[in-house]
Amino acid sequence: MAHDEDVAGSERTLYPYVTGTSVIGIKYKDGILMAADTGGSYGSTLRYKSVERMKVIGKHSLLGASGEISDFQEILRYLDELILYDNMWDDGNSLGPKEIHNYLNRVMYNRRNKFNPLWNSLVLGGVKNGNKYLGVVTMLGAHYEDNHVATGFGNHLAVPILRSEWKEGMSFEEAVKLLEKCLLVLLYRDRSSINKFQIAKITEEGATIYPAYSLKTFWGFSAFQNPGQFAEGTW
Amino acid sequence: MEVPPKGGFSFDLCRRNEMIAGKGLKPPSFLKTGTTIVGLVFQDGIVLGADTRATEGPIVADKNCEKIHYMAPNIYCCGAGTAADTEAVTDMVSSQLQLHRYATGRESRVVTALTLLKTHLFSYQGYVSAALVLGGVDVTGPHLHTIYPHGSTDTLPFATMGSGSLAAMAVFESKYREGLTRDEGISLVSEAICSGIFNDLGSGSNVDVCVITKDQVEYLRNFQLPNPRTYISSKGYSFIKGQTEVLSTKITLLKQKVAEVEVDVMEE
Repeated sequence: MAHDEDVAGSERTLYPYVTGTSVIGIKYKDGILMAADTGGSYGSTLRYKSVERMKVIGKHSLLGASGEISDFQEILRYLDELILYDNMWDDGNSLGPKEIHNYLNRVMYNRRNKFNPLWNSLVLGGVKNGNKYLGVVTMLGAHYEDNHVATGFGNHLAVPILRSEWKEGMSFEEAVKLLEKCLLVLLYRDRSSINKFQIAKITEEGATIYPAYSLKTFWGFSAFQNPGQFAEGTW
Repeated sequence: MEVPPKGGFSFDLCRRNEMIAGKGLKPPSFLKTGTTIVGLVFQDGIVLGADTRATEGPIVADKNCEKIHYMAPNIYCCGAGTAADTEAVTDMVSSQLQLHRYATGRESRVVTALTLLKTHLFSYQGYVSAALVLGGVDVTGPHLHTIYPHGSTDTLPFATMGSGSLAAMAVFESKYREGLTRDEGISLVSEAICSGIFNDLGSGSNVDVCVITKDQVEYLRNFQLPNPRTYISSKGYSFIKGQTEVLSTKITLLKQKVAEVEVDVMEE
């Protein structure tokens, strides 16, 4: 068997090019809520400002991705094929979030073992038969599930907030407020985030990806007005 | 090796260190403070906070160290980074401030401490690994600054430093507002340090708080102890005779060995 490496040098992913930043996901009373900004960075340039990083998968799941956008699009194609074959059985059964999560885990882990990873951190959430499910698969193939998850910078900035303020059975409004709290901190402190977010919801009834909107920021601290007033040479 | 001219760091050994490192010898690791340190400005002054864990790589070297250092009666400084560096640099500037107070006959100002610290750190080009949160109240009002190892400084309404800074900053960015009361300030600082303690592996143990106002300083050492030792036997541990089954007994007497040796008496 002629492998890529044998034929003409090696073809494998070495580094990402167009990247998306954090995705946050939480369970709430009726299902799962996910949030992400709509930015696609090309290194340190903000190249794309309307990238939808969350998509509906089948009838029961939502997939959000951070990392390389082209790899995310490839994963969507794999999942498309998976859902198609599932539908072709026409047996009334449909793949739920647990199954999709497991499939993605296998894909990511096997790619990493071949040193040709899909450079993404994925958030998979969904509801099937009343059971809420929320999990993460990383580019190394590590996977876990929890009541609240985040990728990238979200791990450092959003998870501490979610760990102390998330509670069981939040209403839609409470859950959105909590997500917006995290998104605002990410906007202030993650250099690759932009002020244009999307919230996605999935319940037993179905999935909705809301149109993009911005958050209100506050810059009026007195220390910001003239920081060098009492200390020459300070920022 | 020549003694370096007055002042300045001697970089003579750096090339030799690099060469040895290239051959595979790992330099000794530093005692780092891992750390979450924070400060904020409230309506009457400054509240500083810190965790109490000091790490040496993966090991906790000190479970209850003090990271809020005294600079002047009205100025305190939290330190993150290499423990020796933060301790030495704050001690040094604290002494310099005292001498300055004697020379001027006035209360020390925060900008004085700031300038002394930043010029020292800058001259060592980042090799003195001290990241500081400096806060105090002087005649010109309350001031809060962060100082980075390379010598840059910021003036901020709220600040966090150390490995747990993101966890603590998440709390501040979502809950801070101007004009907090003393209790609100202490509670917010405490919450930010706890966020660092529980979400960052480099931080842990207890919460230290220091409140500085125009009239007084309250150094609240171990303000919160959110990591108590659980499951200690209340009765204590005693091992009474008969608790352990004796399978066999063998007693060996130690033989006394006495040797007679001829010695010469020492002449006085």
